[in-house]
Amino acid sequence: MSQSSHKENNTPVIKCESVYKIFGNNALNLLENSKGQVDAKKFQEAGCIVGVNNASFGVAKGEMMVVMGLSGSGKSTLLRCISRLTDATAGKIYIDGEDLLAMNSKQLIELRRNKMGMVFQSFALLPHKTVIENIAFPLQVKGTSTKESMSRALEMVELVGLKGRENYFPRELSGGQQQRVGIARSLAVEPDIWFLDEPFSALDPLIRKEMQDEFLRLQGVLKKTIMFVTHDFDEALRLADRIAIMKDGIIEQLDTPDNIVLNPATEYVKKFTEDVPREKVLKIESIMDPYDSNNSSSNEVSKDAIIETLAESILNSKKILTVIDKNDNNKKVGSLDPSKVIKVIFGR
Amino acid sequence: MTNLIKNNKIYFFIFFFLTFFLFLYGKDIAGLLDAKWIIKYPKHLVFPLAKYLSGFVKWLMDDANFIIFSFRDFTRFIAWIIEIPYNLILALISKGFLSGQGQDAKEILAPLSWMSVIAIIMFMALYTKDKLLVFLVFFAFLYLAIFGQWKSSMVTLSSIVIAVPVGVVIGLFLGILSYKSEILEKIISPVLDLMQTIPVFAYLVPILVMFGFGPVAALIATIIYAMPPMVRTTLLALKNIDPQIKESGLMSGCTKRQLMWRVLIPTSKPTLMIGVNQVIMLSLNMVIIASMIGAGGLGYDVLASLRRLNIGAGIETGVAIVVLAIALDRLSQAFVNIKTERKKINISFLKRYSRIIFLFLFIIIIYFLSTYLPFLKSFPEHLVINTSAFWESLIKYININYFDTLESIKVTLLTYFMLPIKRFLLGVPWPWFVLIISLIGWHYGRLKLAMLCFLLSLFIVFTGLWEKAMVTIYLCGSSVIIASIIGIPLGIWAGISSKANRVLTVIIDTLQTLPSFVYLIPVVMLFRVGDFTAMLAVILYSLAPAVRYTAHGIKNINKEIVDAGLICGCSQRQILLKIKLPLAIPEILLGINQTIMLALSMLVITALVGTRELGQEVYIALTKADIGRGLVAGLCVAFISIIADRIIKSGSDRLKIKYGMK
Repeated sequence: MSQSSHKENNTPVIKCESVYKIFGNNALNLLENSKGQVDAKKFQEAGCIVGVNNASFGVAKGEMMVVMGLSGSGKSTLLRCISRLTDATAGKIYIDGEDLLAMNSKQLIELRRNKMGMVFQSFALLPHKTVIENIAFPLQVKGTSTKESMSRALEMVELVGLKGRENYFPRELSGGQQQRVGIARSLAVEPDIWFLDEPFSALDPLIRKEMQDEFLRLQGVLKKTIMFVTHDFDEALRLADRIAIMKDGIIEQLDTPDNIVLNPATEYVKKFTEDVPREKVLKIESIMDPYDSNNSSSNEVSKDAIIETLAESILNSKKILTVIDKNDNNKKVGSLDPSKVIKVIFGR
Repeated sequence: MTNLIKNNKIYFFIFFFLTFFLFLYGKDIAGLLDAKWIIKYPKHLVFPLAKYLSGFVKWLMDDANFIIFSFRDFTRFIAWIIEIPYNLILALISKGFLSGQGQDAKEILAPLSWMSVIAIIMFMALYTKDKLLVFLVFFAFLYLAIFGQWKSSMVTLSSIVIAVPVGVVIGLFLGILSYKSEILEKIISPVLDLMQTIPVFAYLVPILVMFGFGPVAALIATIIYAMPPMVRTTLLALKNIDPQIKESGLMSGCTKRQLMWRVLIPTSKPTLMIGVNQVIMLSLNMVIIASMIGAGGLGYDVLASLRRLNIGAGIETGVAIVVLAIALDRLSQAFVNIKTERKKINISFLKRYSRIIFLFLFIIIIYFLSTYLPFLKSFPEHLVINTSAFWESLIKYININYFDTLESIKVTLLTYFMLPIKRFLLGVPWPWFVLIISLIGWHYGRLKLAMLCFLLSLFIVFTGLWEKAMVTIYLCGSSVIIASIIGIPLGIWAGISSKANRVLTVIIDTLQTLPSFVYLIPVVMLFRVGDFTAMLAVILYSLAPAVRYTAHGIKNINKEIVDAGLICGCSQRQILLKIKLPLAIPEILLGINQTIMLALSMLVITALVGTRELGQEVYIALTKADIGRGLVAGLCVAFISIIADRIIKSGSDRLKIKYGMK
């Protein structure tokens, strides 16, 4: 598992060490006997179901980590372990360096009231409350005054673009609008950590795309630490800084989108990547050659650009281009031969 | 597979033949073997459970002490808690506030005028924004005033106004507790089963002994009777909440209490309201039955006129009960469907509460005016319409002109349908019957069900009530057979034609809102007392589920299966007979099951018209205040219904699994 380079600087906001979640009566005993080598089949014979199997990773501040897997892969269970909606069977989970599993219920409530927000697949809005009351709900249970929580909720309504519908009831809104309310509610307490459990899966494809754009816009402003669960590989590729692909409770691969597409670690991961149009995922960076000052032109492209967006102009230029790093004073970091772009698009 | 079916059929015929043989020659065989106990369970072997139960309650009442208070103090305390609000409501809408006692009493504050009560009810209907309902409740309550039923109705209404909130609150809390603790759920669930299957009369007896004759005892019985559905609905509603809603509450940082009262309970409010509606209907049903232990009002009037065979008055009051029941049912159902309006912001206090302020002004003005204008105080008597003479002459007319027809129907059904069943059931020796029931249990639910059937039927044997139980089964069985013969075709019709469905739904809904007591009135008028009359009342009361479940089963068949049938070239007849009907059988079975449950509960009430089964046993116990006797007979009825319920449900489940519907 290679880590992306620049995000390792500070301690991770979320850290998991060998987290297991096994459902069933005798889970703990079985786990102790297995000494960490959990075989899902053997456990199933013993009447236990393995939800999460030895998950270790960290999520850095401001990073968007997407957990991808098909149904039953344990991705939602993993998320629920980290939000402690369910208790992990074994392992350690740290939030900002604090031991999550050691917290008592009072500390846990405090943590949720101040640091965590969560968005749900079925929106999970309270049907008896209006849009604004739903959004203000986390503030009210915390004991914030009505006036303050309402004005804060109103800000959130504007943030998610639902102004004018504050007094609607959830049933009067479309699915996409309901999820906007869900997002606004999860952000009302200004959490540092944002959990999203298949937030767009219940929406139809066009709305889903729109909501993803909206989500990227929000994250561009807010820069939260995010764990995002999805079963949609394309969605994962579009949104993620890093993707964890899960199968049967095991994280098969945890890496950046480009690396996963270019170097799938297992056969299982490969099956997902096979049909992915690479030009839509890969950045210029991943196909450039080392910078060669002799062989370059004045045409410059950013190393972080997605190939597809520039493909036409690159192919038209027919010359070798200079790749620059826009984050680093436009430093020249590589050269790009247009033939490589053709290879990405057609060659496979 | 075919082998197995054949085998089953062979077994069925063997057992049927053997049973028939034993019915014919059982007595002779017993005579030959000199074993009379086969036919009749010997009296000296009867386990005197009734005596022990009576003794226990006597001890409880006389000697039981819980350190600082005795059991009697405890019952008095409960009675006191309920008595205070009840008297308050009663004074408010019926009797007025009095000072002093007996004849010297002076009225301090007159009760609400009939106009005010109607205004309050209309205000409540207005709140649901259902304009038709406003008219309905207006006319319903006006009817009560015009036809001279006002006073009694208000007494009945006061009991309901107390019983419903108490029942709802206790039910809600028990539901919440059993949601929180699995152990408690496992304890409460069978207790509820028993409470709902034990005939109401049976627990009137201990309540009568503990709380004495009077409205408070009646109220307590009503609350106990009406509460179980609320517990179940609460538990079900809480369990069916989308787990993500619960999680969203937790992630919002709710404490346990906030989660329950600000997330879970409000979210399940629509379902909870259905429970409230049930509590209202059951309370109304019970308030009438409870008139036997001292509730006044409409129930008492019906009971009194039934006892005097005062036909006209009975029907008149019966109609009043029906009117009250329909009005309250529709009102509470409208509250179920209520949808909260988008909140209007920035309206003044006066405007927001204009209606309620208007209502209060109306009540106060009426109150002061009524001192001068007596017709405002109580409905003017010369305007009251008395219909009892009309009903009397109608029944008389029918009885004179159609006596022969009615009598021949009665005699034919009795001789060729009911009596053979009775003779057959009483003729089969009890050990064989117990065996057959256990075998049926084994067939549908293996060891567990077989043991249940075996033990429960043995209980009936050992308590010496076997013969009475057989009479119960005979009456219940013949009613259910006829109810099914009428109900299932009606259900099929409703399932096929949407027009028929609409009409039948209205009729069935109305039938189901009527308190069980009401069904007795017309049949007694036409057929006097006896088994046949009882059967008719039971059929009327228990018909609804047979129709409803059948219609539901036929309508809910996967449409694609029907389409596939059409493509295969089935005629409509073939579609019905080869596709819809077989697939609807599991649902129809459940309908019959419900019919049996209702029939058993009604059967006990028909003890009033002189049947000789377990219900009569309970009823006699009630009149003699014999706790043990009533409870034991009540338990027997409960056990019969539990056996029937478990067997039919397992049968339906098995079919559903076979068809892949479950």
